[in-house]
Amino acid sequence: MSAAAREVILRRIRSAVEGAPEAEIVRGYKGITGEPGDVELFAERVRDYKAVVHVVPRAEVAATIAGITAQRLLAVPEGFPSHWYAPSEGETDGVISTCAVAIAETGTIVLDAGPGQGTRAQTLIPDYHLCLVREDQIVPNVPDAIARLDATRPLTWISGPSATSDIELNRVEGVHGPRTLEVVIAIG
Amino acid sequence: MSGTFVGMPTFPKNAAKAVQDSQLRFNLRKATHTIRGKRASVVGELDDWAELREAGKTIKDHTLRHLDDYLIQMEEKVTAAGGTVHWARDAAEANRIVARLVKETGETEVVKVKSMATQEIGLNEALAEEGINAYETDLAELIVQLGDDFPSHILVPAIHRNRAEIREIFLKHMAGAPKDLSDEPRALAEAARVYLRQRFLEAKVAISGANFMIAETGTLVVLESEGNGRMCLTLPKTLISVVGIEKLLPTWQDLEVFLQLLPRSSTGERMNPYTSMWTGATEGQEFHLVLLDNGRTSVLADKVGRQALRCIRCSACLNVCPVYERAGGHAYGSVYPGPIGAILTPQLRGMDTPLDRSLPYASSLCGACYEVCPVAIDIPAVLVDLRGKARHTRAEKAGMAAAGWVFNRSKRLAKAQRFGGRMRKLVPKRLPGPLSGWTDTRDMPDIPAESFRDWWMREGKR
Repeated sequence: MSAAAREVILRRIRSAVEGAPEAEIVRGYKGITGEPGDVELFAERVRDYKAVVHVVPRAEVAATIAGITAQRLLAVPEGFPSHWYAPSEGETDGVISTCAVAIAETGTIVLDAGPGQGTRAQTLIPDYHLCLVREDQIVPNVPDAIARLDATRPLTWISGPSATSDIELNRVEGVHGPRTLEVVIAIG
Repeated sequence: MSGTFVGMPTFPKNAAKAVQDSQLRFNLRKATHTIRGKRASVVGELDDWAELREAGKTIKDHTLRHLDDYLIQMEEKVTAAGGTVHWARDAAEANRIVARLVKETGETEVVKVKSMATQEIGLNEALAEEGINAYETDLAELIVQLGDDFPSHILVPAIHRNRAEIREIFLKHMAGAPKDLSDEPRALAEAARVYLRQRFLEAKVAISGANFMIAETGTLVVLESEGNGRMCLTLPKTLISVVGIEKLLPTWQDLEVFLQLLPRSSTGERMNPYTSMWTGATEGQEFHLVLLDNGRTSVLADKVGRQALRCIRCSACLNVCPVYERAGGHAYGSVYPGPIGAILTPQLRGMDTPLDRSLPYASSLCGACYEVCPVAIDIPAVLVDLRGKARHTRAEKAGMAAAGWVFNRSKRLAKAQRFGGRMRKLVPKRLPGPLSGWTDTRDMPDIPAESFRDWWMREGKR
């Protein structure tokens, strides 16, 4: 059944485009810059999505995380640097992760299930997500991010906390994903 | 969606009814104007928007020209990554495939991510007939499903409902909704979160569509806001994605164009909250991809109309359309409303019904839709082309043929004008019989005693 359907669809396509002119792709837009991303712009754009953002020198990351987690216990995916956060055992009420790439222009964080990021579900089900971004992971724009990523890994692009505009187009933060997104940017 | 659009009257009849509903008009006006402003401001931030739009257009045209090759490549890559690819010629075949796949898991309940393709094929209704319950998890889709209603917008299917109406629907139809539920959007979203959470955690099978498929890598891409997409795409053991064959992009790099075009055109954001990308069977899941034709290849065969297949379902054209803003989405009698629906529906379904024949006329041809389209679909041009192809009455055809005969030769036109000038006193202010439909709402133009050409021949030479 499916084999027949495949042949029929492919035949329909070939007869539909027969004699159609060749269509060249035109790429006049701004492509890969290869430059480092602007930390301040990234922080501002993430804040625009109502996420909480901390920009701190690398040496102060552990202390910043300790301050944030004074009232919380976060789940830690495999491979997360233990010198930044190493909680005691117990019931967690959120998750901490690293990331693969961050985009300044759009305020986006990309997870690719690499070390310290866990599976896709690990950063989805908790109501609170604390994400650690290193300065060298921030790129200026979308083409730079695409160039750095491997398409065949499971990827999650995150731009602010879960939100909906389905009721009278009023943006409401927090539906099914984490309702709070907090970001620590380590500079230097 | 549990209703059906089949048997709906023509667009003018639907629209005439809709414009009487002042609540609907208020809701639509507020929503479309809000989103228009947001879109304009984030599009204005990118000084290479015109170039991105040109790239989006040419990437899609190139893909469609070589669609057979790219589909085969997609199939190879998904299969190599542990997924299974199915091909469906039409809606019935796609529904049969999905129903069979669900039955093979032994489950009778599935969760769904908002998907235009599965709405188009009436998947939920088809599954219900097989004893399978499909639960929509997008907030707006949930509102539409619980209210036993029709979607009226591509992006915000419940755009025609205000908060008070949504509260009523939840109280009446949502099991376990709190008795003291307020109509605050935050409270309504919270009610949906609680209602769906258990369902997400228990679901074994999910059904999605996709915004893009990458032939080079076999990757599928879903953009969303709420996180219901992530829930459905990652938690269930089995994932079935039903995707129109025109959703392909050749390379991973091509995505850099569309991830800039789509969120800014659609929700008016620099980026939507969540985008998921996966290739084949991921993190222990079983993955099935159903490639859907359902009329797309016949759209592809039309030289003018095929550009409609570039559409990335952003809905920017709905939000700027003066006709949509007043008539609302239901009047179009299709899951694809607005300007894009007016060219897509008659091409996908054919123009056999009076409703589908009336859709190419659901426009004033103002061109606002073409201007905002991120892949530069010339909607007015396709509308005019479809109007020519629609079936016309014998009287209309005879009238047009006669007019064509007169206008074709200047001597015939001059004679007709002189004849009209002499008869001008005899032309009634209101036309008789079936022609009265025209003069009921318009003034019959005065016929001048002398045509401009005759006046010029006489006076202009002095």
